[in-house]
Amino acid sequence: MSDPRIAGASVTQFGKHPERTGRDLFAEAGLEALSQAGIDPEDAEALYYGNFMGELAEHQGHQGPLMAEAIGLDVPATRVEAACASAGTAVREAVKTIRNGEAEVVVVGGAERMTNIGTAAATDALAIAADDLYEVRAGMTFPGAYALMARSYFDQYGGSHEDLAHVAVKNHEHALVNEHAQIQQEITIEDALEAPTIADPLGLYDSCPITDGAAAAVLTTEAYAEEHNLDAPVAITGTGQGGDNLALQDRPHLAQTPAADKAAEEAYGDAGVGPDDVDFAEVHDCFTIAEVFAIESLGFYERGEGIAAARNGETTRDGDRPINLSGGLKAKGHPVGATGVAQLATVAWLLDGSHPRADAVPDSTVGVAHNAGGTVASTTVHVMEVQE
Amino acid sequence: MTESAQDGEYDAWLDSIESGDGYYLECSNGHGWLPPRRVCPRCHDQELSAVDLPESGEIASHTTITVPTPQFEDDAPYVTAIADFGPVSVTGLVRGVDPDDVAIGDVVGIDVGERVTTGERAVVFRPR
Repeated sequence: MSDPRIAGASVTQFGKHPERTGRDLFAEAGLEALSQAGIDPEDAEALYYGNFMGELAEHQGHQGPLMAEAIGLDVPATRVEAACASAGTAVREAVKTIRNGEAEVVVVGGAERMTNIGTAAATDALAIAADDLYEVRAGMTFPGAYALMARSYFDQYGGSHEDLAHVAVKNHEHALVNEHAQIQQEITIEDALEAPTIADPLGLYDSCPITDGAAAAVLTTEAYAEEHNLDAPVAITGTGQGGDNLALQDRPHLAQTPAADKAAEEAYGDAGVGPDDVDFAEVHDCFTIAEVFAIESLGFYERGEGIAAARNGETTRDGDRPINLSGGLKAKGHPVGATGVAQLATVAWLLDGSHPRADAVPDSTVGVAHNAGGTVASTTVHVMEVQE
Repeated sequence: MTESAQDGEYDAWLDSIESGDGYYLECSNGHGWLPPRRVCPRCHDQELSAVDLPESGEIASHTTITVPTPQFEDDAPYVTAIADFGPVSVTGLVRGVDPDDVAIGDVVGIDVGERVTTGERAVVFRPR
């Protein structure tokens, strides 16, 4: 069994691309990833592709073969859908395909087009990741769902909107040098606290933007990388996935994310590492409170203690364990189906030193990507390590 | 105008709430769920029976939503909450109280109301 090496990765500029189709966005990312990898496209044997709202946003289903065609591949192509964890789940399928010896070169990616349908329709499209009968019909939106979780967290463990504002301020600051980021704008605690409310206690700056974008990566075996003299020092050494009841109302806790606990435990066990070995992480901060859940589920903090991490400077770029050096979904943007692979690319670039924030983690060897779908009813965690 | 499609047991469940005979499904190990269910996801038991829903529940969490989906455009701002009713929890709209006065632990009753925007039915909680 070979841990897949990341031979190439690419993300498009995240933001509004009103004139560009999903297939065009993915073509840009996929072709660049293949070019960076230096791999003959004829050697690619499979594509796993994440996408969530293609039917609603572009009236386009069956996107697997469409996207293979868009990057010039004639391979079995599978679209993977797990809401906002679609691309993380696609990564997991790619890892398994390489590990079980079915393929030596696999392309994994994702894309989402969201801004063309406007805020109201995008809010509606995102909402269908919740339980239609029992949540959507009771007015649930995704900011609303995370607001319910945030209020429950505050009630159970303490914490405040001001603590969450520190998460937003941190991630905006991290994104300032990320040329792919949708928002490169510094904000203050006051900006975050005074922003319009979306679903109390969450405001505009607690929420990630609606985003168009794509990401792609080329995974290969260690043997193929050596044989073809590829520069691929980063391997995916651990993969994990967890699930939970779809509806919040059916869960024992509103202030914990056990699907992420399970994914992290599996990924750490797979890689043979623990939370203390991790130098940094890219986590799914679709809302500021989501970052708090993520860093607790990843074992960096006990329950109830993650809320103070950003305020205490522990997860900032000069802290002990930086979180979301890319700017996270919060500032980088969240093209839903692409996010998990964009996280994978970011972690690889931070580990190989090519990311603009790599100076924050100069000697790092272990990075983690945490990608959550819905209200964390689906979660993937991937451990990446620099190989000698 | 055609009659809107029914959603099976969900609509039957709303009917039961509306008529004051609300119920939930309970497996033989006492785990509670809302319909439709064929199996208890916790213990895999398939012997589910209808049990009377308690008349009052307690708000477990709540939020006032100001940016809604198009189906709730004219309802906004509105309060969505999860309320615990014994072995089950239910998500619904809180009405009959100022949104600023809703708090975790508030005791509510369950009913069915109409959404302002579409006129469609929705679960509604009111203070008791």
